[in-house]
Amino acid sequence: MTRDVAIVATAQRPMEQQTRLTSVELIAPTIRAALVNAGLERQQIGFWCHGSCDYMSGQPFSFVSAVDAIGAWPPIVESHVEGDGALALYEAWVKIQTGECDTALVFANGKTTAGPIDRILTLQLDPYMVAPLWPGADALAALQARSCLEAGVVSEAAMAEVAARSIAAGMANANVGWGSAADEAELLTRPYIASPLRAHDCARPADGAVAVVLAAGDAARSLCARPAWIRGIDHRIDTQRFGARSATESSSAAIAALHAGVAADRVDVAELYAPYSHQELLLTRALGLDPARTDINPSGGALCANPQMAAGLFRFAEAADRVHAGQADRAVAHSTSGPWLQQNLVAVLEGD
Amino acid sequence: MAIRCAVIGVGQTHHTACRADVSIAGLVREATDRALESANLTLADIDAIVIGKAPDMLEGVVMPELWLADALAAHGKPVFRVHTAGSVGGSTAIVAAQHVMAGVHKRVLTIGFEKQSDGNAMWALSVPIPFGMPVHAGAGGYFSPIVRTYIARYGVPGHIGAMVAVKDRGNALKNPYAHLHEEGLTLEKAMESPMLWDPIRFVETCPSSDGAMALVLADESTADAHVAATGRSVAWLHATAMRSEPTMFAGREQVSPVAGEMCAADLWRKAGISDPAKEIDAVEMYVPFSWFEPMWLENLGFAPKGDGWRWVEDGVTELTGSLPVNASGGVLSSNPIGASGMLRFGEAAMQVMHIAGDHQVPDARKAVGHAYGGGSQFFAMWLVGSEKP
Repeated sequence: MTRDVAIVATAQRPMEQQTRLTSVELIAPTIRAALVNAGLERQQIGFWCHGSCDYMSGQPFSFVSAVDAIGAWPPIVESHVEGDGALALYEAWVKIQTGECDTALVFANGKTTAGPIDRILTLQLDPYMVAPLWPGADALAALQARSCLEAGVVSEAAMAEVAARSIAAGMANANVGWGSAADEAELLTRPYIASPLRAHDCARPADGAVAVVLAAGDAARSLCARPAWIRGIDHRIDTQRFGARSATESSSAAIAALHAGVAADRVDVAELYAPYSHQELLLTRALGLDPARTDINPSGGALCANPQMAAGLFRFAEAADRVHAGQADRAVAHSTSGPWLQQNLVAVLEGD
Repeated sequence: MAIRCAVIGVGQTHHTACRADVSIAGLVREATDRALESANLTLADIDAIVIGKAPDMLEGVVMPELWLADALAAHGKPVFRVHTAGSVGGSTAIVAAQHVMAGVHKRVLTIGFEKQSDGNAMWALSVPIPFGMPVHAGAGGYFSPIVRTYIARYGVPGHIGAMVAVKDRGNALKNPYAHLHEEGLTLEKAMESPMLWDPIRFVETCPSSDGAMALVLADESTADAHVAATGRSVAWLHATAMRSEPTMFAGREQVSPVAGEMCAADLWRKAGISDPAKEIDAVEMYVPFSWFEPMWLENLGFAPKGDGWRWVEDGVTELTGSLPVNASGGVLSSNPIGASGMLRFGEAAMQVMHIAGDHQVPDARKAVGHAYGGGSQFFAMWLVGSEKP
């Protein structure tokens, strides 16, 4: 017996590159905006949770300064995940399910351009056997893309279509706005950075912050005209051992989608955290989405702007915004972590 | 609404300065396998895994739960990672328990670990400029002014810290898993121990350890079936609580932080405890520097303000006292940072399961696990009992 829990408000900070602001400066106004959008004071929030990564900020316990951003006085009930803010949203959802609180504020910030993200993500690998080879995140993804091409699971043309569509959507997204339009044929003439990946096939590093307010039952109805109800949410992991898993599919995404109930009905919008163009194609397949019926990544997704550790929670905000606005009745939000789409979180959001 | 939850399995590693005999994965599996054996389960029976550890910089692996999924046979399952500073072992156990209490999963494995020998804790814990004050003195340098404030405020005699050290190191002799087994430590010897961060002496300081703790948490029907099938005992969760506050602001009370007092008060309220010192039989308290035992006795509401040190002096917190604190030897005897909080929570469970061996508090029925972290700003506690709440 689960409680009805909804996303009732969101706030996104416009994306930047090479921001001069600190994490706290990114987060504090974003949290404030989410509270204003929800019509709540911070003292009314029952649980706070956020996601970040120490290695990205180059200091241990980097999340501690976020507690100052919250304004945690009087003391609050609070927790933190080392990872994407989407996982923090999952923890908050679990917390509300226990009945210990009715509201939660979840936030994340990603300052991807602050450090060498390709090397930082390499440190996620087996520290004894793989990381010492320093493969780099883009090169690993390229190996996966090559496997997918050779297996006929994706094509370079299909990857270019994903990129062209994402660039156009990102330009139209008020929180992104950058990029220059290019058609698929032109994209296919550009050089490889890690064959078969071209620069536009890889997520564009960005700095951003996002906050989401969750509420249960009647509280949600009183705070939001059209709450984005979380009808299903689940996350799963694959082994990281490259020789022991398929490069051409994401079984953990498929299992999470099954448990979240994606296939139960039509999906109007899907916001997928795909750090590489071929991974959007793999996710579309794993989640059983029909691109002819589902608008995939209308925000432009991570290919346009990838604030690492926040990009997944951004997907939740984008999907929820469309339900709130009545543009979608049923939306899917997805987040990923690790190489080759190793860990996946999938949720179904519905309007009344 | 919440579903009852019990600890049905507890397992820990032998903690020591350098477990060169195992990899990080091997260390985690050593604790996990012992917890599963105690729960009479295998990894195949586990629905979800919740992992906690302190900063990734301690071992140099970013989000190691991703890589550890393989060693934990977790493919196709949920793996969740918690990181809340020094309190992380406690917070992780609480997050794991909430998966059960929320009815999301029935059998959850939770693991806290640290392999400090793979890195340098003093480096990892000394935040460099421009992020903070250039103290470069590790946790001891951070906490010693707070201890001095406590001593000055209540006129505490200088031997209290040494008394706690002698007690905890003595208790550790009864715990085969403890890192430090220091025979023959006396108050006189402890008082001669070198001063590291005045007033904190070497002997009053926790070690750097490699180690892991794993717990298996289960819903009521699973726990009942386990008891019926094996005749083993379980530890029922009566309450959990967490509180956080900012690191610093003008006038902040750091000897007895408000977040700690609120966390304890919330725990006592949820568990229906009106007189903690009378109703609680054993406490596993997060004491990385011995002086924190009297300070936390007051912060948690066991002793009146300014009396904590008298309780230490009177032997109240000895294994044979009326409120045994850290019968396991505590953080002062084993400190694998990311596991230390979960060791407190797990050792509390072991007490009410009556499986603590030589350091068992006779007939313990209710026990508390406590963890704190950051600049005394993150608090996590749970109360477990031999009977259902």
